Amino acid sequence: MKRSNKPIFWSLFGAGGMLSALIGPALIYKTGFSSQSLGYERVLLLAQNGLGKLAILAVISLFLFHGCHRMYHSLHDFGIHVGPGLKAAFHGFAAAGTLAAAVLLILV
Amino acid sequence: MNTITIECLRYHPESDAEPRFQSWPVPFTDDMSVLQGLQYIKDHLDGSLTFRWSCRMAICGSCGFVLNGVPKLGCETFLRDYYPGTLRVEPLSHFPIVRDLAIDQSDFLKKLESVKPYLINPDVPKKGTFIQTPGQMDEYYQYSKCINCLLCYAACPQYGLNSAFTGPAALALLHRYNADSRDAGKAERMPVVNAEDGVWGCTLVGYCSEVCPKGVDPARAVNQNKIESTKDYFFRFFRK
Amino acid sequence: MKTYTRPMAGWWKRNPYYLWYMLREASCLFLTAYALMLLWGLYRLQQGKIQYEQWRESLASPLSLAFHAIALALVLYHSWTWFKIMPKTLPRIPLPDWLVVTGGVSAVIVCSALVLVLT
Repeated sequence: MKRSNKPIFWSLFGAGGMLSALIGPALIYKTGFSSQSLGYERVLLLAQNGLGKLAILAVISLFLFHGCHRMYHSLHDFGIHVGPGLKAAFHGFAAAGTLAAAVLLILV
Repeated sequence: MNTITIECLRYHPESDAEPRFQSWPVPFTDDMSVLQGLQYIKDHLDGSLTFRWSCRMAICGSCGFVLNGVPKLGCETFLRDYYPGTLRVEPLSHFPIVRDLAIDQSDFLKKLESVKPYLINPDVPKKGTFIQTPGQMDEYYQYSKCINCLLCYAACPQYGLNSAFTGPAALALLHRYNADSRDAGKAERMPVVNAEDGVWGCTLVGYCSEVCPKGVDPARAVNQNKIESTKDYFFRFFRK
Repeated sequence: MKTYTRPMAGWWKRNPYYLWYMLREASCLFLTAYALMLLWGLYRLQQGKIQYEQWRESLASPLSLAFHAIALALVLYHSWTWFKIMPKTLPRIPLPDWLVVTGGVSAVIVCSALVLVLT
């Protein structure tokens, strides 16, 4: 029986699930209903700080990997045939988002 | 004495292209099980109704049905709990229907074989038996309570969508042997665990553990092995 | 042997348990969209103060508020279901299930407080 590569994606999914479960609701509340304290200078300070960059990258990247992995599986739940193409597309999208965030964090 | 309407799925392959439903009024007492209701139909109203049963006490695993959309054992579910509505009885979901309420469970038997559900240990004690502490038995005991009733397969949409998935009961039994201190066959079972249709076919819907009449908790067994499979995946380069 | 296999289409509508499962899974749509929103905000931040403040203003728009409201509800549900099922996903530990769930929910409360206070 062929060994599945799921462990890689499941680990990313799990990390994203844990992070989003712990701070997702608070973050959403913050940007949605309490964004007064998110002024340019304050957020820039965070984004220019080494740890801050890691935090922002972790949030965007892991949320994306969690979401994309689950969306891919949900397609299967709806009876849509999912093959390696769609798998690459969904996880590739999360990877692309990760790369974009990394580039922006280097530039900022 | 009250009367409840029981509606059963009927399918006779020699004459039916598709299943249909048929209803009967069934008089019942407070203590009558759904199984007894079906037996009443068979004994007095329609002898052609086909269904499996044996022990009448939730240990043989024969009388699994889907009752008003929920997988249950007929012998430990009661007609009084469906009155005054209609009780709709269907065969276990996700399995091909052979006749009326009886399904073809041969795929499950193949899955069962594939997990090597027996103690694998070349080092059998020279004298006497294996020694096992209560703590060691605790590690696998709940998974040993499976009666192969297939309610978990009827509950599992992933098995319904893809019958190549090994499935809850088979994986729970696999875990039962891996977790048994007397067993040394974990490595032999890993290919089944690691496969796409092994533990990775599970998306933790969790309904399998909800419907299990014996408290086996197959969802836990499967997800413990996702960790094992992940460890196996990443650490295999550090072995040997 | 001639058998009949029932179709799976619409399976998730047949039982409330499946509907809740689909709701849990649906949270990922909003989580992904939220991450993309944050990514866009990061892009605007990198562009400069005017662009970033424009983005921040847009967060108060009716569309953004509606999105955030739904996202909050769904991600809270994800949070709850994540820790509710955690006893099954953790390796075997000498802690009772209810304690794992309580610990998880407590962690959410603590982390949420930290996020709200620190930002």
